[in-house]
Amino acid sequence: MKRTSVKNTDTEDRQRLSKPRGRVNAYFTHHLWVLISSLGALWRTPLATLMTAAVIGIALALPTGLHVLLQNVQQLSTGWEGTAQMSLFLKSDIPEKRIQALADKLRSWDGVAEVQYISREQALAEFREQSGFGGALDSLDENPLPAVLVLRPTAEATEPAQMEMLLGKVQKLEPVDLAQLDMEWVRRLSGIIEVGKRGVLLLGGLLALAILLVVGNTIRLTILSRSQEIIVTKLIGATNAFIRRPFLYTGFWYGLMGAVLAWLLVAILLGLLSDPVSRLSFLYSSGFSLDGLDLETVIILLGSGIALGLLGSWLAVGRHLQAIEPT
Amino acid sequence: MIKFDNVNKRYPGGHEALSGVSFHLKQGEMAFLTGHSGAGKSSLLKLIACIERASRGNVVIDGQNLTRLKNRHIPALRLKIGVVFQSHNLLYDRTVFDNVALPLIIAGYHQSEVGRRVRAALDKVGLLGKERLMPITLSGGEQQRVGIARAVVNRPPLLLADEPTGNLDPALSREIMGLFEQFNQVGVSVLIATHDHDLISRLDHRLLTLTQGKLERDGRTTELQIQK
Repeated sequence: MKRTSVKNTDTEDRQRLSKPRGRVNAYFTHHLWVLISSLGALWRTPLATLMTAAVIGIALALPTGLHVLLQNVQQLSTGWEGTAQMSLFLKSDIPEKRIQALADKLRSWDGVAEVQYISREQALAEFREQSGFGGALDSLDENPLPAVLVLRPTAEATEPAQMEMLLGKVQKLEPVDLAQLDMEWVRRLSGIIEVGKRGVLLLGGLLALAILLVVGNTIRLTILSRSQEIIVTKLIGATNAFIRRPFLYTGFWYGLMGAVLAWLLVAILLGLLSDPVSRLSFLYSSGFSLDGLDLETVIILLGSGIALGLLGSWLAVGRHLQAIEPT
Repeated sequence: MIKFDNVNKRYPGGHEALSGVSFHLKQGEMAFLTGHSGAGKSSLLKLIACIERASRGNVVIDGQNLTRLKNRHIPALRLKIGVVFQSHNLLYDRTVFDNVALPLIIAGYHQSEVGRRVRAALDKVGLLGKERLMPITLSGGEQQRVGIARAVVNRPPLLLADEPTGNLDPALSREIMGLFEQFNQVGVSVLIATHDHDLISRLDHRLLTLTQGKLERDGRTTELQIQK
């Protein structure tokens, strides 16, 4: 209510008082001038400005950085979800021929992309090669490993519910001793990521509140230190909108600087992490590398920085400007 | 231009600064307001600029009744009144030019118009060429003239001054008063609060004398000389 009435007066006054020539032009020139001069005022106190911007930057960098890391983990795990597979361990007395027939039958099912047969001998050879327990195996009379059919679902059938259904179906097949889904942990991981995302959101909310308080308090101190100037301009006939303007732009600059600083911080952190991550993923023979900030995240980061700066100064100005009146 | 109709101003706590004040300053008229400190000079000026509101009675400025003036219309009223303060009230972090330009920027004038008018106002007070200086580097008299330039730059129909020569020596004071007379000659209504009887007794203008909140006398400045 108060806000609209102030705005009305502002335009009314201007209409009544100023000559029509170039009025709109003068209005924008004035805004531009306030925008630049409020930046200039911040520039003249570089240390204080940098400290406020740094507080905002760190507060923004924390949720942003976590968000980017989560995005990376999620991307990594989606890659794995695509390779979800099912292992069918067969009973040991099933003849080779029946296994081949079973494999053919499975291949014809809906939702099955590929069936790979690993015979008992192959499994043994593989185990001998990879585990280093070759000698121990030699001492056994019999090959203890079962034959395995590895079943890969089609891309459309990787949904957990569909996988569950397929699992139930193959479990009922007579030669199958045990069927196991190899993606249980991937699903748990994505559950953990969901929790993490919610956590980042909550953390972001809290830190946004902190930024509002920081900007609000900084603007409050600026208002108090310039109360004499505010009184003089009010005496000369400045509207509340006119007096409010430089403080709002100051808030805008704080928010923008904080967001840019946060962007830099996150980029530096990701840069520092990227080398060890590539080395780690090389050890896992994966081509994974850390993704940086994407455009969407940067836009949201800058946007929320500016919005928080403006809102914080708006709150401070609304609260303190009314109190300063000439006497 | 200024019309007081049986105006009372009572401050919280019961102190009555003005009681039953009535006078009418016509358009284009120049008058002095005098009285001992505490007689109500400042209160009267504050009522005109709508810094304070009357407790009773009507204050009418340029046809606008301030008793019924909404808060959001106060800025527009103040743009019509040029005010000169004893303490100059300049903004010391801006140049002389920016100080004088302030009322024009508030009113939304175009850039080129601002430059033209500021230079005209500074020329009138004899400070052309000092527009790029900071006010703090100027003498007291020069600062006061910057204040006057700021008060007249957007050509308000009414000029108020509260002890404009308070801190100045007699020669400078005469010069400042001369400036006010010049503005009055081009049609600006002028009301100046001062206690400098020596200075104003040499001029011939209307004189309002306040005593303990009451308008004791409404005469001419020339009468001061006769009293002596």
